[in-house]
Amino acid sequence: MHQTFDAALEINLLHANQEGADHNRQHFDQWGITCLNIMSSPGAGKTVLLEQTLKALKNKFKIAVIEGDMTTELDADRLRKYNVPVIPINTGRSCHLDSKMVAGGIHILEHQYNPTDFDLVFVENVGNLVCPAEFEVGEHAKIALLSVTEGEDKPLKYPVMFQEADCLLITKIDLAPYLDIDLDRITENVRQMNPQVTIISVSAKTGEGLEEWFAWVSDRIK
Amino acid sequence: MHETDMTKALILTVKDWYHSQPDKPKIEKIHLIVGQFTCVEPVSLQFAWEVQTQNIFLAGVELVIKETPLIAFCHSCQQEYQPEIGLQYSCPDCNSPMEDIKSGRELKIDRIEYSSTNNLKGCGGEQPFAPTDKCIGGSRTDPN
Repeated sequence: MHQTFDAALEINLLHANQEGADHNRQHFDQWGITCLNIMSSPGAGKTVLLEQTLKALKNKFKIAVIEGDMTTELDADRLRKYNVPVIPINTGRSCHLDSKMVAGGIHILEHQYNPTDFDLVFVENVGNLVCPAEFEVGEHAKIALLSVTEGEDKPLKYPVMFQEADCLLITKIDLAPYLDIDLDRITENVRQMNPQVTIISVSAKTGEGLEEWFAWVSDRIK
Repeated sequence: MHETDMTKALILTVKDWYHSQPDKPKIEKIHLIVGQFTCVEPVSLQFAWEVQTQNIFLAGVELVIKETPLIAFCHSCQQEYQPEIGLQYSCPDCNSPMEDIKSGRELKIDRIEYSSTNNLKGCGGEQPFAPTDKCIGGSRTDPN
């Protein structure tokens, strides 16, 4: 005899990650830390943006970086020059950071430093416009970078990342005059799906727009 | 390939459910709901499922994925519309931004379809969805 039954679960496929992210956020809240998740495609300029940000803000705020890198510590080594704690997380072959990996970073922050001393933790995600958008890590805000060389259609093609972002940085703006890129079109494409997002055009090379970015970051600090 | 990680999470959830069941039923199908406005590709999910379950208790269990379309609600026009993913997300009538997503962000383990042979032997095997009371009533004879 064969009889079938249904068990209704109605559980989010990512509920384990979400629970982990909420747990991480509780830790950050308890220590008075603001956590910002920096995401973009590979080569959009996340690390150089962080270099500039650490240089400008490290004396104003106590900052740490949780650095996601697939297999190397190349990015972490660049950021260590600014004398802030940089906690590397090698994701192996995974294409994004998840809340469990970031929990490992938080554990190190808790045991090797005094976490209540910190104001701000940047999580530099793995370069990828698709996967990181679905995996919260416990951040208070999501920052997406889009470099002008990537083309104005990317928000349309990778909508989840841009729809989730609290702040969009259009990077490498110094290269815009050499490219056939319509900056207004990038803004329009993003605003179609995310009208509230803060959009700042920056160049880490010339410094253009960086003050506005630093002010945005400072406003997020608890 | 974040579908690989999602499949791992899915297997853990199903395992938890399975172990919570006293009579260890036979799982036949897992039903998922995956929205089209997510970063999840059903084909990759199916592939990851087949690979990761081949040597465990879920081997051969069918993964049924129901996709839900992206549907947004335009507050200016007071109506729903279906944005064209990859092309246009704003309202086709008034161009207002897509703000209120009604469907398309789902990533859900909807239900588990399972069968149980307990207490049913001898109730006849012709009707796969035979209601329980018929079996208890004992109106059929044991074919064995």
